[in-house]
Amino acid sequence: MSLFDDKFSRRGVLKTGLVGAAAATAPFHFVRGASAADYLNMPKGKSVTFGFNVPQTGAYADEGADELRAYKLAVQHINGEGDGGMLNTFSSKALKGDGVNGKKVEFVTGDTQTKSDAARASAKRMIEKDGAIMITGGSSSGVAIAVQGLCQEAGVIFMAGLTHSNDTTGKDKKANGFRHFFNTEMTGAALAPVLKNNFGTDRTAYHLTADYTWGWSQEGSIKKYTEKLGWKTAAAVRTPLGAGDFSQYITPVLNSGADVLVLNHYGKDMVNSLTQAVQFGLRDKQVNGKDFAIVVPLYSRLMAQGAGKNVQGIYGSTGWHWSLTDEGSKAFVKSFGKAYGFPPSQAAHTCYVQALLYADACQRAGSFAPCDVLKALEGFKFDGMGNGPTEYRAEDHQCFKDVLVVKGKENPTSKFDVLEVVEVTPRAQVEYPADLLGGELGSCNNGA
Amino acid sequence: MSQKLEKIKSPLDMEPLTIEVHDVEASHRAKTARNDLILMVVFSAVVLGGPWILAPFGADYPDLLQRFCIFGIFAIGFNIMFGLTGYLSFGHAAFLGVGSYAAVWSFKLLTMNAVPAVIFGVLCAGLFSAAIGYISLRRAGIYFSILTLAFAQMSYNLAYSVLTPITNGETGLQLELSDSRMLDAAMGIERTSSLPVTNLFGMKMSGYEGFYFCAIILIIAFYISLRIFRSPFGMMLRGIKTNQNRMAYTGINTRPYLLTAFVISGMYAGLAGSLMAVTDPLAGAERMQWTASGEVVLMTILGGAGTLIGPVIGAGVIKYFENIFSAFNEDTLHAAYSFLPEGLADFMTTISHPFVGEGWHLTLGVLFMMIVIFLPGGLMEGAQRIANLFSGAGKKSKAESSATDTQPAE
Repeated sequence: MSLFDDKFSRRGVLKTGLVGAAAATAPFHFVRGASAADYLNMPKGKSVTFGFNVPQTGAYADEGADELRAYKLAVQHINGEGDGGMLNTFSSKALKGDGVNGKKVEFVTGDTQTKSDAARASAKRMIEKDGAIMITGGSSSGVAIAVQGLCQEAGVIFMAGLTHSNDTTGKDKKANGFRHFFNTEMTGAALAPVLKNNFGTDRTAYHLTADYTWGWSQEGSIKKYTEKLGWKTAAAVRTPLGAGDFSQYITPVLNSGADVLVLNHYGKDMVNSLTQAVQFGLRDKQVNGKDFAIVVPLYSRLMAQGAGKNVQGIYGSTGWHWSLTDEGSKAFVKSFGKAYGFPPSQAAHTCYVQALLYADACQRAGSFAPCDVLKALEGFKFDGMGNGPTEYRAEDHQCFKDVLVVKGKENPTSKFDVLEVVEVTPRAQVEYPADLLGGELGSCNNGA
Repeated sequence: MSQKLEKIKSPLDMEPLTIEVHDVEASHRAKTARNDLILMVVFSAVVLGGPWILAPFGADYPDLLQRFCIFGIFAIGFNIMFGLTGYLSFGHAAFLGVGSYAAVWSFKLLTMNAVPAVIFGVLCAGLFSAAIGYISLRRAGIYFSILTLAFAQMSYNLAYSVLTPITNGETGLQLELSDSRMLDAAMGIERTSSLPVTNLFGMKMSGYEGFYFCAIILIIAFYISLRIFRSPFGMMLRGIKTNQNRMAYTGINTRPYLLTAFVISGMYAGLAGSLMAVTDPLAGAERMQWTASGEVVLMTILGGAGTLIGPVIGAGVIKYFENIFSAFNEDTLHAAYSFLPEGLADFMTTISHPFVGEGWHLTLGVLFMMIVIFLPGGLMEGAQRIANLFSGAGKKSKAESSATDTQPAE
């Protein structure tokens, strides 16, 4: 078969054309790629660009919207606009409210759609097109891990937002990635003593687990710590993510002999499964002569609001809550409330803190080069950010701080006042050896 | 294949007629060949010149350019099935996903070179599509669509949870420092403390190099699709679309043709999937979700199903919206309207805000509706109409267009 069913040497013409076009374009792209920077996206003008990569559509859009509000507030505070928020209570005084390293902070935003691919595409746009020096955000562990991997390859810093899976700073940890939020391991360690005090040591648990990485991670940690207390595990049932109707999973709980139901769900899944469990009358039941109890390991205020009355008296853990009374939390709640008219969520808190921590590390390092920033963040000890004394552990880039155990409030005074803090589990109790979760950091990457 | 064609002709006994039109046909064929050559040259020039052509639109960065090429390939492949046979597969994303997973596994187990990854990805997707096609093609129309959709969703759910040891579940399959990379090890490539990058015999496959790699593959893929469109096999597929029953009555078993088209189109999807892994070595389950399958249907219809170049344009438009429109926030808008007086600028920002940023789906939805209502042949029909308007020779080119490649899907 000739190339175009024609006697004339089309093949030759085509080949010449293709090669010619390729040859004509080749020198340009090398010029385009070339630059004299020491590291990727080195800021040259009077400003530096941060990339805020949050879910604006999809299951975690509520969290994403709150994260974006927090980031905007953080940028204002770093640039010296507004009342300064936590910069006034932050133990490091490097940031003076005149930007970072004398450069004004600007930002670009993107939609992760709660999908790894979309999140990476959006992060790549920020890095390649908008020249972002740092990417932050992510409202699900899968997305956070995917973007963290990308930032490692590209050579920019990733400051993880709301991601609770062990893997982010465990199995999948990366040198260029940092997480301020806590993880399922810490949830298990913090929750176990409270469960023991309230429900005793002779209990049988039944797990309903969202069937993906975070769910398994959460189930594993709770099992590990409750079985240490002497609890038994009747069954651990996996439910598909976004199932909507959980009734078929809740009915078997009643006949299993279990007296505690652990819901390893997050977001809308948790709102639905908890609401249905309460509607089925589980909490009014008596099993083995004990009151039936429900536990939700990871709580957020946005979820508690969604589940309404059903959360009353139910235990769980959370990273931060706006009703905390330390100076840092008060300052943040005040400036967030002034800007948007309602209190921030834990997602907003961790993102706000991450943005400030990054800016502060750049200021202290006197550079935006990822490897310099990394040195400034590793082992950094700070206070005044709402969680008490905190440390960025150098071995796995995970923040260690106190963890809050909360309970759904029995008599809420407003629609935001749905959780009460039962106990602040001190940092020492939730700390674990760095090699427990596996993974390798690798070496830092400056890109370029 | 030619034997089959004769089979149709002989019972109809059209001998004299064929001889009569032979000369016309020959000149027509020569004309088509010339047009095809021009099309190929223009297409290649536009694709390779992408970084300059797209610069005014803010889309001249490597990742998006790569995406244009990759989804262009995906849509071209989908169009071979949907555009030619009219069989609407609603599960093509499954093959894309299989291609990605296969390519990443090739990086993990064999080598960081892109060539084995692409070959492995295409092969796996081909096998997988043969299995699914064999079952699904027992039914036609909506039942075929539903079957493919069901298989794709099944693959997605398997990849998301049950097959986690192979797919790494929600987190997605990623490279690790501890991967074996047997061929690389055998070639004596040293292990470093940072992750290796994908390469083509030493040339890294991210950035502009990756784009040119994808661009050249897109041009080849486009050429193959062109040849299929012009071949007797392509004619057979068009026949299936026009009237499958009549084909059956003339004694032709259409299923092997359909299955071949389905497998080819699945391999195109696998090629696209493996290129995604080459430019960015990660494979996630959501690549197989039904929304991803729906996206390629949108791309094809938006650009013009059954046309050669339409699907590529459709893919470009959708990826442009997804990546550029979704990034506009209030500040960008304000800057864009800054030439207007203060009050008017605020007003314009307020009006246009719901359509950009997180509202990009809305804009795309409106655009899609407009096109389906006013331009059923997709953007290609729009281009044709504009061309006719300017040349003023509406009638002439209309007659021509029916002979060339613009045949909208029903």
